[in-house]
Formats: sequence, structure tokens, C-alpha cells
Amino acid sequence: MDLGTFLVQCLNAVQYGLLLFLVASGLTLIFGIMGVINLAHGSFYMIGAYLAFSLAPLFGDRFIVMLLAGVVLTALLGYVLEWAFFSYLYQRDHLQQVLMTYGLILVFEELRSILVGNDVHGVPLPAWLGGSFALGDLMSYPWYRIFASLACVVVALGLYYVVNRTRLGMMIRAGASNRDMVRGLGIDIRRLYRIVFAAGVALGALAGMIAAPMSSVYPNMGASVLIICFVVVVIGGIGSITGALVAALLVGFVDTFGKVFFAELSGVGIYVLMAIILIWRPEGLMGRKT
Amino acid sequence: MTALLSVQSLTRRFGGLVAVSDVTLDLHRGEVHAVIGTNGAGKSTLINMLSGEIEASAGQIRLDGQDITRRSQALRARSGVGRSYQRTTIFPEFTVHENCRLAAQAANPRPWAFWQDARSCASSNAAADEALQAAGLAEVARRVAGALSHGAKRQLEVAMCLATRPRVLLLDEPLAGMGAEETDRMLALLQRLKASHAILLVEHDMDAVFRIADRITVMVNGAVIASGDPASIRDNPQVRTAYLGEEH
Amino acid sequence: MSAVLAPMPVETNRMNRIFSTLLPIGCAALLAVAGPMLGAYGTDFVVKVMILSIFALSLQLLVGMTGLVSLGHAAFYGIGAYATVLASGKEGGSIAWLLPLAMASAAGYALVVGALSLRTRGVYFIMVTLAFAQMAFFVFHDTGLGGGSDGIYMYVRPVLGALDMENRLTQFYVVLAALVFTYGLLALIGRSRFGAALAGIRVNEQRMRAAGFPVYGYKLAAFVIAGALAGLAGFLLAARDGVVNPELLSWHNSGDVLLMIILGGLGHLRGAVIGAVVFTVLKEVLSTQAFVGPLADHWQLTLGLAIIAFVALLPKGIIGLAARLSPRAA
Repeated sequence: MDLGTFLVQCLNAVQYGLLLFLVASGLTLIFGIMGVINLAHGSFYMIGAYLAFSLAPLFGDRFIVMLLAGVVLTALLGYVLEWAFFSYLYQRDHLQQVLMTYGLILVFEELRSILVGNDVHGVPLPAWLGGSFALGDLMSYPWYRIFASLACVVVALGLYYVVNRTRLGMMIRAGASNRDMVRGLGIDIRRLYRIVFAAGVALGALAGMIAAPMSSVYPNMGASVLIICFVVVVIGGIGSITGALVAALLVGFVDTFGKVFFAELSGVGIYVLMAIILIWRPEGLMGRKT
Repeated sequence: MTALLSVQSLTRRFGGLVAVSDVTLDLHRGEVHAVIGTNGAGKSTLINMLSGEIEASAGQIRLDGQDITRRSQALRARSGVGRSYQRTTIFPEFTVHENCRLAAQAANPRPWAFWQDARSCASSNAAADEALQAAGLAEVARRVAGALSHGAKRQLEVAMCLATRPRVLLLDEPLAGMGAEETDRMLALLQRLKASHAILLVEHDMDAVFRIADRITVMVNGAVIASGDPASIRDNPQVRTAYLGEEH
Repeated sequence: MSAVLAPMPVETNRMNRIFSTLLPIGCAALLAVAGPMLGAYGTDFVVKVMILSIFALSLQLLVGMTGLVSLGHAAFYGIGAYATVLASGKEGGSIAWLLPLAMASAAGYALVVGALSLRTRGVYFIMVTLAFAQMAFFVFHDTGLGGGSDGIYMYVRPVLGALDMENRLTQFYVVLAALVFTYGLLALIGRSRFGAALAGIRVNEQRMRAAGFPVYGYKLAAFVIAGALAGLAGFLLAARDGVVNPELLSWHNSGDVLLMIILGGLGHLRGAVIGAVVFTVLKEVLSTQAFVGPLADHWQLTLGLAIIAFVALLPKGIIGLAARLSPRAA
């Protein structure tokens, strides 16, 4: 493998990993704070992607504005969804949560089918984000993938800032470790949960929007990303967003280079990675030993 | 008399925090050895290390001369170390008798005999009957465990411990949440059990401790500050200032 | 750790016990007699439901009896089916070795998956089992092992002496026998020491460890047995359909079977069977225009809403509902 190809694959691995982190962070946030396992999280990714497909013609060149609009819309959706549905899941056991969110996936899939159909769609890129730059003598790399990686980094930094440096973040961290105490401090835990949930949905959907021009928009995209997200969370560790980042990048590399070297069995690579982690450190790379 | 359970320099670190530091104590058959201390003194960590729920960072635990420091909790239980919990860990939906019978089954598990009815297992039934008799719960054997009073549940917790016919009993706050009458009954039970077991008692109820204990070890901030018979502990100036000061 | 699931009923009532032993036997006898009279469509439908019942029963052991919520059970079902087809080759084979092979293949994968997954708890266990099932799915979907996404056909159905699984009536009785075997085995396990230990692990794992049970070993044993029985269901499916495809291992399938045991009633063997029947009927009804008109095309929507409503309103399933409605004292 020459240097150019190697660099391209590395960039791909990082970009894929960062995108996975975006989705996984939404999942970890919701699970870490509210203790709800949400199988429908992949659906938010799908919704984001289809949203990008629907909004692209309206926003044209103003891609970043479109992303922001998407974030606002999906956060709103998340807020309503938490109030109407998810808030009822907190008291239920994991099995019921799994099945109810499984039902939700079916509902989302069918609604998407009714509203937008089952076709595969491409999402066009505005001119300023299109094109590639040269990498070495033979290869070129699309500008959009760099943009995607940067966007994920910006969001990750934003997330870090909010969780670690703001009052809201402090309440989130407190709520994660001691729900009752937070309640006792007079913080409206229900509104906190609603905000966190909305953020989780928006993160997942944003990832879908960013991914859409690269992977196109197709019916089962939610399911595949969900399962990989689970793998990331398991590898990264219990309750750790940093762990999710490390794990996501690891998965990105294993998957990307796996595809290069073991074309047929590439899909299996990340599960083998997960198996290794389970043998060596079952609580995850950065998880706390319970 | 050699100790049944001998603990030497037991230490547990959580990252930079030393929860239990260099604890040495002995449990002898026929004795109740109480461990007292304020909250955060390391008593729970200590008992968790003795039962095998968490690993020791350093030190040794010997059962009848054998080193059990690296043994799993289940293996220690089968070797004769029984444990009761502060938060009741009974099976609320089974009957009182089934609670004990199931615990006793661990000694003679025979999982491959799938055609046999578990409830007809002679050895576990016998052990359960004995344990219930010893704990004074024989009359309520057929009742659903969840329906018992709090005090009776705590007694069942101890009975389940006994069902595995242990030699050492590690009791974690068995008197938690009990009223005066229930406390008397539990102490009477411990008095009866003392003869044939080595008992470690972690407790907050000072009156009860001084009534039943033969030896008392006092822990503060993870370390032992005093250990001896109740009278000497009561008179120990360090103990008085560190712990008993406000009460006595 | 996952929350306490619906408990196994403490059947102190003697009438209750007689009823729950006689009812399944009666149903089996009824089916045995009615077999030849059912006609082509009827036999087909009943065989399909019986196979799903075995699949659901195998999961009941894991979820209902041991309290381990697995979202990857379809992997063992699919592996049993694929093993049957692949081992049949061009000449077919005898049930005598194909059946054990299917079960052993499924059990083998269950051993590996179980050994690793059981190092986690609660939600992580759910995620890991799902992931390992997905891994198996990819192996059959992407590699040349199976026929890829199209699946593979079986050339010759399994036989045993005069019995040929090609014959519809033979299929019926073989599957019925397998169902009776599975049900009976699980009933025996349920009341055995092993079953009692599993129940204890489900209710309070910590206490079981403190009593001296090697909890990991018990859970792994349950996991492998459940996998083997799912492999049995897979064998029967392959023998019935003559074709297998990767969708058998999909997480939709894992979700569906989980739904079946909730639908029927968690923790009860007959709940698994009832759930399999109700789910199959429900899916049929929701996708048939004769019943729901234009909604039939959007059966995913109606099914999804039905699932949500059902789990929300009747978490104890149909058996739970029946218990609430009956005036019988507990």
C-alpha cells in the first residue's frame, strides 16, 4: 500500500470514527442519564439523513444553515417525543424498553416509507463543499469528508464544553450519578431529561445529515448504524463519553482497514474487536469496574 | 485456640483512596467479633473483601489455615464462609422454606439431575429445616417470604446464611431497621449460634454490640485504632474521642 | 443488572398444577389426532406456528426462567437452519445426524457468544448479544459460506428410514414430537434443581453467589441449552421450507421472538406457545387486506403501534390478563 492510499484510508477511518462518535454520544447521553435503552436511536440517524435529502433543495448553498435548521427541528422532535413517549419508559424494565423502542422503529420506518418512499437517494453537495484535493501523486481526497470530520470535532468540543463547563452540564453529570439528589436540590428533573433527550436525538440526526451526502439515503441505514453504535458503547465503556470517542475511532480504523485487507469478512472485524475487549476488559476501555 | 478465619494486613485501594488499610483480625469459634466504626470507616469494604465480593489489594485471608485470598465468593461460600447483607437479599416471591432450601442446594447442587424435582431434594430440605429451626422461623416456613415483617426478613437473611452450614458467619448490620423486641430476638439467635460458629458482626447499634460481642475492633478511616474485649474498648481513650465520645 | 422480570408463578394451588400439566398434554393429543384432517393450508400454518413455538420456548428458558434478556437469539435459529442445509449437500441426509449436527452447531456458537456476553450485565448484555447475532448475520450474508443474501436451497429434505420430511404429514408429526419434547424438557428443567437455581439467579443473583452457586456457569449452561433448542427449531424450519436465507438471523427475528414471549406471558412455558400463535396470527391479520383494508400495506406501522400498546398496557402478557380476569384466588 503506497503512502497516498494509506493516508486516504486513515482519513476515512478518522472521518467514519468521528461520525460514529456523534451518533454514539447521543446514545450514551440518553442511556447514561436516563437509563433508557433506545433501539430507535438509529431511526434518528435515518430521520436526519432523510431530512437532509428533503431540505437540501430548499437551502442550496447554505449547507451549514441547513444543518443548524435540522438540529433545531430534530431537537424539537426529541423534546416532544420524550414528553409523549419516552418519559413513560423510565420506570419500566429493560425488556419492556427494548420491545417498545423496537415497536417505535417499525413505526418510524413505515412513516418514512409513507412520507418519502423507499427509494435510495443521493444528497447533492453545494459547490463550495464539493471537489477534492490532491494527496500524494495518485490520490485525491474529497473536501466534504474533511468538512464532515471537522464538523464532528466541533460538535464534540461543544459537547465537552457543555458537559464539563456549564451549569447545565453540571446538572447532567449530577443527574447521571444521583438522580434523587438532583431532585432534592430543586432541579426540575423532568425538564432536564427532556433537554438531554432532545440533545441526544439532535446528535443522532445531525450525524445522519452529515453522513447523507457520503453514504446516500436508504431505508435500512438506521439499523446498521445502531448496532455499530452499540458495539462502540460496549467497547468504550460504561458511562464514558471519552471512551465512546476512543472506541469510535478504534472501530473506524478496524472497519476501514478491515475492508481493505479482508474484503469479504470486513463486516465481522468490529465484532471480533468487541470480542477481544470482552475477554480482556469486559467493563470497556474506560468503563468503571462495577 | 487457632483462629478459624485469620485476616492479615488486609488492604484495599480504589485508585488513590485507601479504603481499608492494613487490617489484621481473627475470628474464633465460639466468639462474636464485632467491627464498629463511623460511616466511611471501611467496614463495608472489609466485609466485602472477606466474603470475596471485592479483591484485596494486599494482605491475606486464611480459613482454617488455608489461604483463601484469591478464591471467588461462591467458592468461599462452599468452603464455609457465609454472609448476610445489610440490604435484605432474600427471594421475596418464594416461600420462606424455599428460600433456605435453595440456598442449601448450593452445597449439593446436582444440576445434571434434571428429571428430579428440586423440592424433593433430601439434603437441601434437611439443611433448610435445620436453619429455619435455628433461626426460629419454623412456623412461617410455608409463607411467602415477601409477606414477612421486616424483622422476620432479617432473620430469614441469617437463616439463609445458616442453610449452607457455614463455619464462619459474616453478618452485615443484621439489626438494621429493627425495633427493640426484634433486636432482642436477633441477639438471642446470635447467642445460640455463637457456640458452633465464628461470627463477625458489623453493626451500628452500640448497645447491641456491647451486649453480644466477645471482642470488638474499632475502625476509623480504614484503619484499626483499637481491638480487644468490650471493657477495654469502652475505656480506651482513643476510641472514646474518635467514636464513642458523644454517646458515652 | 436488569430489573426483576415477571416471576414464575408459585403454584401452590393443586388444581392450578393439574390444569397446567393436563392442558399442554391435551393440546398435544388434540393436535396429534387432528393432524390428518387439517388440509394443506391448515397443516402448513400449524407446522409454522409449532416451529416458532419451539423457538420461543428456547428463549423462554433464557429470558423468562433465567432473567437474561437476549436480543440475538435468532442467530442460533439461523445457524441451526444453515447447518442443516449446508450439511445436506447434494444427497440430503438422515435426520439422525442432521438434527444433532444442527443443534450442536447452534450450541457451539452459543457457547462462544455466551462465554463472552455473560461477562457483561443488563443493557450491555442485550447490546452484546445483538452484536454477536449481527456478526453471524454478516458471515452468512457477505461471505460465500451461504449463498449470500439470496440464501440457499436444500436439494433433498432430511429423511429417517421411512420418514421423509418432504411429506407434509411426516413434517407435522416430527415437528409435533419436537415441540412435545422441548416443552417436556423445559417443564422438567423448570422444576429441577438446575431450574430452581436459574430462578434464584433471576430473582437475586447476589444471594445465589453468596450461597455458593457458580452463577456464571449456570447462566452459560442455560444460554447454551437455549441456543441448542433454537437450533432444533432452525433444523425443523430448514426441513420444512427447504430454503434458508440470512434474514433468519436478522435482529428483526430476534426482536419478534422476544415479543412472542412477552405477548404470551413471561416465565410461563405455555406463554411461549400462546405468544407464537398470537404473533403469527396478528402478523397475518395486519398484512391481509381482507381484514384491515388499505392498512395492510403498512403493516409495519400497525404492528409497531400494536407492540407499543401491548407492552405498555399488558406487560404480563395474555396469561397475565387471564390471571387478572379470573376470579380464582392466588
